[in-house]
Amino acid sequence: MRTRHFLLLKRSCAVLQKDLRVEFRTRYAYNTLMMFAVTVLVTVSFSVGGMILESEIAAALLWIILFFSAMAGLSRTFVQEEESGTVVALKLAADPEPVYLGKLLFNIVVLFSIAAVVVPLFLIMLNLSVAMPLSFVLVVLLGCLGLAGASTILAAIVAKAAVKGALLTVLAFPVLLPLLIGAISATRSTLAGVPLEVLRPDLGLLLFYNGMMVTASLLLFDYVWNE
Amino acid sequence: MQAQIAVKNLAKTYHCRKLFYDLSFLVKNNTVFAVIGHNGVGKTTLLRVICNLVPATSGCVEITVGDRLLSAAERRAALGLVSPELELYGELSAFENLEFFSGVRGIVFNREKAREILEYVGLKGRGHDLVSTFSSGMMQRLKFAHALFHDPQILVLDEPASNMDGEGVALVREVIRHQRERGIVIMATNEQREASYADQTLSLA
Repeated sequence: MRTRHFLLLKRSCAVLQKDLRVEFRTRYAYNTLMMFAVTVLVTVSFSVGGMILESEIAAALLWIILFFSAMAGLSRTFVQEEESGTVVALKLAADPEPVYLGKLLFNIVVLFSIAAVVVPLFLIMLNLSVAMPLSFVLVVLLGCLGLAGASTILAAIVAKAAVKGALLTVLAFPVLLPLLIGAISATRSTLAGVPLEVLRPDLGLLLFYNGMMVTASLLLFDYVWNE
Repeated sequence: MQAQIAVKNLAKTYHCRKLFYDLSFLVKNNTVFAVIGHNGVGKTTLLRVICNLVPATSGCVEITVGDRLLSAAERRAALGLVSPELELYGELSAFENLEFFSGVRGIVFNREKAREILEYVGLKGRGHDLVSTFSSGMMQRLKFAHALFHDPQILVLDEPASNMDGEGVALVREVIRHQRERGIVIMATNEQREASYADQTLSLA
């Protein structure tokens, strides 16, 4: 059992390494996400002007930026395989699970690196202070994990469709709604500063969503991949 | 280990159009099996069904090695495919492509073996070049290296000599001859010369 898990991890890391290498040479997903995120961020900061935003609005704006950035670039991992024809070689060589896990890890790395730039910029440009910094970082990490998890399985579905452009956003919205509600609520709490007991249900929701999304995706991916 | 492919009552319908139906044949070890026929009769689709890349509408393909009926995962290890539909990563070098596919197959990458196989297919000294810089003939040679690198018992070739020069055609002949000794070759072709290498021929109409 341990050997099987080790092999799965090793094969997933091979997919991750390949995707990172390709991304490092083309910078397609990273550039798309970063340009989108920074453009929206600048637009929002100019629209808001010098106003001090309430934590409810700031939290919603942050997750709108992260959600649409994720939708703009994270589908690329599977779409590129389909469009370039490499999906045939990949299907012939790899089991479905390591492909899913490798792509998931890649999307997590990309989204975390985008968040590492966008979130501090968001706080600076909108002149926001965070009352609970550690909890805020935890919420952003869990939210990004959920965004990456849902985007990965949905990207695998969208990659098979003839019209790929807006389909991911449309498909993702209902799937990501519980995550976004939990992430916005938790972010608002960490910006405003609340007792930990108030934050706990939202953190629980984010943890549960992430666990459920990865488990369900692993179970379903075989059908999506081989369809 | 002796490999064998048994195709039983296979049918494939594509957009309400029957490509082939009730197709049954047996390919034994040390055999070159050629599928011939006009464009659009389903030669490539038949190869894709054998490789488990698309499902059959009805019927089945059973691949055995020794006495063992292979599962879908085991089939992946037993098959090597060269096809115009199969592309390798242009952003990676030839070595990196072979390394990646070894990694996802769970095989330890042997750089010396990779160098030997690239030399065998006529890509000596090009292992570090990005695949996107390769010509179509070189790409076809790399596809052969990719298909042979994990020593498959069954080699599936779709139009194997397309884009190949005279030396490339000789390479195809040599690969087929070598693979016949160690397992099975299944090939779809329109070329009379390639079809002449076959021990068994199936004509789709």
